[in-house]
Amino acid sequence: MTNTTKIIDAQALLRADRLRTAIQIAGMLPVLILLCIGFELLSGRFATFVNLSIVMQQAAINTTLAAGMTFVILTGGIDLSVGSIVAASAMVSVMGSLIPGWGYVGIAAGLGVGLLCGVVNGLLVAVVRLPPFIATLGSLTAVRGFARLIGNDTTVFNTTMPFAFLGNGSLFGVPWLVIIAFAGILVSWLILRRTVLGTYIYAIGGNEDAARLAGIRVTAVLVFVYAISGLFAGLGGVMSAARLYAANGLQLGQAYELDAIAAVILGGTSFVGGIGSIWGTLIGALIIAVLSNGLILVGVSDIWQYIVKGLVIIAAVALDSYHRSRG
Amino acid sequence: MDVEQTSGRPAPLLEMRHISKTFGSMAALKDVSLSVERGEVHALMGENGAGKSTLMKILSGAYRADAGGSILIDGREVHIDGPEAGRASGIAVIYQELSLAPNLTVAQNIFLGREHQRGGFTDRKAQESACRDVLARLRLAFPPSTVVSRLSLGERQLVEIARALASDARILVMDEPTTSLSTVETERLYEIIADLKAHGIGIIYISHRMEEIYALSDRVSVLRDGRYVGTLGRDEITAERLVAMMVGRDLSSFYRKDHRPAADRRTLLSVRDIGDDSRVHGCSFDLKAGEVLCIAGLVGSGRTELARLVYGADPRKRGTIALDGRQIDIRQARDAIAAGIVYLTEDRRRLGLFLEMSINDNVSINVAAGDAHRAGFTNAAKARQRAERAMSRLAIRAPGIAARTGALSGGNQQKVLLARLLETEPRVLILDEPTRGVDVGAKSEIYRLIDDLASRGIGILMISSELPEVIGVADRVLVMRDGRIVGEIAAAPDRPITQEAIMAHATGAADGAAVA
Repeated sequence: MTNTTKIIDAQALLRADRLRTAIQIAGMLPVLILLCIGFELLSGRFATFVNLSIVMQQAAINTTLAAGMTFVILTGGIDLSVGSIVAASAMVSVMGSLIPGWGYVGIAAGLGVGLLCGVVNGLLVAVVRLPPFIATLGSLTAVRGFARLIGNDTTVFNTTMPFAFLGNGSLFGVPWLVIIAFAGILVSWLILRRTVLGTYIYAIGGNEDAARLAGIRVTAVLVFVYAISGLFAGLGGVMSAARLYAANGLQLGQAYELDAIAAVILGGTSFVGGIGSIWGTLIGALIIAVLSNGLILVGVSDIWQYIVKGLVIIAAVALDSYHRSRG
Repeated sequence: MDVEQTSGRPAPLLEMRHISKTFGSMAALKDVSLSVERGEVHALMGENGAGKSTLMKILSGAYRADAGGSILIDGREVHIDGPEAGRASGIAVIYQELSLAPNLTVAQNIFLGREHQRGGFTDRKAQESACRDVLARLRLAFPPSTVVSRLSLGERQLVEIARALASDARILVMDEPTTSLSTVETERLYEIIADLKAHGIGIIYISHRMEEIYALSDRVSVLRDGRYVGTLGRDEITAERLVAMMVGRDLSSFYRKDHRPAADRRTLLSVRDIGDDSRVHGCSFDLKAGEVLCIAGLVGSGRTELARLVYGADPRKRGTIALDGRQIDIRQARDAIAAGIVYLTEDRRRLGLFLEMSINDNVSINVAAGDAHRAGFTNAAKARQRAERAMSRLAIRAPGIAARTGALSGGNQQKVLLARLLETEPRVLILDEPTRGVDVGAKSEIYRLIDDLASRGIGILMISSELPEVIGVADRVLVMRDGRIVGEIAAAPDRPITQEAIMAHATGAADGAAVA
């Protein structure tokens, strides 16, 4: 009899665990759906194909940044420099695209700048052992300066950018920006859930001391997560350059890091690391894009948009942590 | 000081009567009574886990005792229902782990939470002058404005005592106060204790060191397994009697020692003169294949630190490690693992497991890289297979391999961690308190596993604070004290290892007397 109770207990336990995982992954999905329904009811213009396509395009760059940010936050770190990296790599990308006959170099150059910044962040955190907040706060400022420096603090243009279709064209009706963002999510999912490296990332975020004692190369893994966050920010810069045919070192990417962090946290990833999923991040990024778009459709003023967005983020995360503390 | 006269004779300064404390279903204290007279040093002894700290935490208000007991001061019952009440009753505890704020001054620390105030502002002058009085009483030379981080560990300990005095404490609890003191500072502490006694302050003195007990105590009480064993007066104190009181319990029958004695086996691991220049000094030992070598000693004697040095978890300052007679260069944990040496931490939740991850992920994380497909993709089938095999081999009771490790019981968590280490096919297994926080059933399973591994030729180095366990599983015992190996006791068919012999080495009682 004790045996049966034990088995029942065990199954209940497993169910509770599955529920936890489900909440982690889909926790914010109902919020996203409710927002969509609400905006459709209020404006009547939200759920059209054209508008939804716009929402997805608006979400694309933030989704890409947030995918990289998910890696960092899963290890218990933070990357504040992604907005500045977007600016720097967009600058480099536009300037590269101006090389006659070799315009596609712009893509590689933009990605390269992002990767380089990310590796430097990673070395500062993992080798110099600076707190991630401080290290990336420093690079936020320095990379912003670099972005302004390389264009002499002007806006650079290329109206004949060979890869402009990435920002404005579409494939079978799906915007390239959306395809790239979704590919970024897919690659992140593969790394996080299907590779040993992904397991190490979760392990380090869950218990860094134990990971080191288990012989995991903690330093190398940390460098990797900041590098991939930088690379995705570089990709975001290329996407932005392709969309705008232009880049400006001063204005581009301002405060993008905050939206990326918000998307990750809305997506249920724990700020202390070890818990979270890339699908949650996708939902988080979509919530932010739907909010921005929907509030405009409903006619809320720019100023109130900020206030409403901030409150929704706080409320959503509060709801989430309330659920978790009970579950 | 008004003293209540009850029966012609003044009531003791402190009386704890019939104190019990249970945590969940675990009884930590069972009907313990203790009294302290004015100006008395009452030593409290017992093995690790005997209940000393719990008793003192009840006295200070950190824990609440179960109903039924009472605490009397000057013969009057007091209700200590929190740290504040403890302090108000005149009880001060000086903890082993210092509780000073290193960035504040001596005066600020001494009056922390009880600042001298004038109009809402701290009255620094009055505070520092009051502080100077207290420091003078303890004959401490540094000024009240000294920042604590500039003081030595010993001086900080004395500041803690000053803080207790400044709060008008009448009962002082000192928990192994000399652990971090130099010889000179220890002598100073002895003088201070004599002075406090002269002022009628009662002191409860927790220590494992015989020489301190001899030098200081008026009476010694011994706890064992949460029960009061007895009290010896000053003239009755002998090392033999105290050790017998501390360890005198039955050997449980669930230990297993079926593996062959290792006397004729080859040496597997040779550690020579290993040290970190702070907590471990010049330790050397050999571990044979198929041998269970236990490291005994009191908490803080450097056992875990020694194990971590061998494993490469902490940087080693000196010494060499050889496996099969070949020197190996262990700089970090991964080097040790690669060489076939693995370490089971004493703190599995903080340093061992990934609690948010599944049993599956935990069991295979050490070998995941080796199992992986091309491009680092996880070999999920292999991992599942390993986890399933570990579940049945170690009898891990869990809903399935996907269960979250953090949701398992202590014993099952320990088995998951053991399974993870065994997946690396180690040659040397270092086990640090492998049965801590583990229920009796899982304990006996772990003993059986240790025996089984030893009979397959794995060398086992095991740290344990439970002496019956040490005697039950060990082929040979090393005893550590103050970061050094001070004794070695080998089991022989005609002469089994005794708890008395281990405790004698661990406390230093064997230094003078001829205890085998």
